[in-house]
Amino acid sequence: MNVALRDPRIERPAQQHLGFVDCDVHPFFRTPADFDPFLSARWREHRQTIGNRSRVGLARTSMYPRMSPGNGMRGDSWPKTGGPPGSDLAMMREQLLDLFDVKAGLLAPLVGGAAAERNVEFGAAMAVAVNEWQCAAFCDPEPRLKASVQITLEHEESAIAEIEARAGDRRFCQVNIPPRGIEPLGRHRYRKILAACAAAGFPISLHLGGTSGHASTGGGWPSFYHEEHPSYVQSMETLVISLVCEGVFEEVPDLKVVMVEGGFAWLPSLAWRLDKHWKRLKAEAPQLKKAPSEYIREHFWVTTQPMEEPERPEDMLKTIEWIGPDRIMFSTDYPHWDQDDPRYAFKVRLPDDWARLIYRENAMALYRLD
Amino acid sequence: MAKHIVAAVAEIPPGGRKIVTVRGREIGVFNIDGTFHALINRCPHQGAVLCEGAIVSRLEAPMPGEYRLTRPGTMIRCPWHCWEFDIATGQSWCEPDDVKARSYSVSVEPGEALAKGPFKAETVAVSVEQDYVVVDV
Ligand code: FES
Repeated sequence: MNVALRDPRIERPAQQHLGFVDCDVHPFFRTPADFDPFLSARWREHRQTIGNRSRVGLARTSMYPRMSPGNGMRGDSWPKTGGPPGSDLAMMREQLLDLFDVKAGLLAPLVGGAAAERNVEFGAAMAVAVNEWQCAAFCDPEPRLKASVQITLEHEESAIAEIEARAGDRRFCQVNIPPRGIEPLGRHRYRKILAACAAAGFPISLHLGGTSGHASTGGGWPSFYHEEHPSYVQSMETLVISLVCEGVFEEVPDLKVVMVEGGFAWLPSLAWRLDKHWKRLKAEAPQLKKAPSEYIREHFWVTTQPMEEPERPEDMLKTIEWIGPDRIMFSTDYPHWDQDDPRYAFKVRLPDDWARLIYRENAMALYRLD
Repeated sequence: MAKHIVAAVAEIPPGGRKIVTVRGREIGVFNIDGTFHALINRCPHQGAVLCEGAIVSRLEAPMPGEYRLTRPGTMIRCPWHCWEFDIATGQSWCEPDDVKARSYSVSVEPGEALAKGPFKAETVAVSVEQDYVVVDV
């Protein structure tokens, strides 16, 4: 018999969401030639005739091709005008910005290949081109969208120059650093870049995905995308551990770190573990002047998607309480397949004051969006 | 509930589908091997346009490494988070106990009978020579 159950989840949205700030929106190019106007003749020809030499090893696909066409795109986000999802501003407005009256959308452009480029000078040129392209294609015509500065972590000089060049440009809100680097981000070799971000007033955004060429788990390459997806947590943990234990926050006390697309329920237990060992291993890492959990609470923000879904939805409230409702920021991940709808993402009702912080006020304050 | 004429049978061949709007509701009408089914075009998970997803088979693995592709062309995979639903019943493959996509009963009626009423044909012109897909909404 065709008896329809009415699913309470979509009939009764859990939250007031309108006017939220989206901390993870993916713009895409129509064709790679979109970057050409922002490359010098030297690098334009390089792009056209030689192209990217990525550390990843595969061309034109990611290590774990997704279930949905377009390498993991939301099925209904293909523009009718042609081009890939995320490339059509009108559609982005219709499906996201206008639909939810989004106050601001933080762009995470995972395009151009700058981060994983072996030819670091080309990588540096592509980073600049992607920054120009973000503004020309998205942020200038749609000021609700905010750009993230792309850099090439393995070319310190150009990275610092680009961070300094964008400082004070209100179209840019943060610096995007690939979270799976050649070495953990707290290592000395990256310190000057991190210091430049802090000096420019930019939080750094660590958006999960991609690879530097290392296996995505500590134990090697997994078989399935289903295994790869939770390996984001390992990568996020590596970042937190490295930044904290290397003493980065003692040296760069103004550094603010936003962890994007790694969920967050793992963070409390990691902090408990770090705190326990801090008491025992003090002699090895005397640069830590306070408990790791204190650095975490002071310097880290997390975005929500892909959020964990505990069996007892109310357990989520305890997790949020530990991390601090002032440190969690809502994100959709539009137009990727696993994006969240702001109405239904939380399976538990948040107290109103928490919802205001998470959907809007935390991001407004961190990115000085007023 | 009223019966609505949504398509001529020939319009939706086996394996095909048509998205129609009936009483303000979008409904996907599917033809699986000559039998018609209708589901609401709204995923019970987070509300995506469910009926525009890929039509797939059910894949089972009794043991790791042992695969059975069963019931070809009978499942719909949501275009957002890939939850799969049985097109015939709306049953969710991910959360069969809690979640169901709303389904509607469908019949095929000859144009001759339909011409007499009391059916509603909002957008479909009915001719007596053809058979029609009728959804109960
Ligand atoms: S909206 Fe359909 S699976 Fe999430």
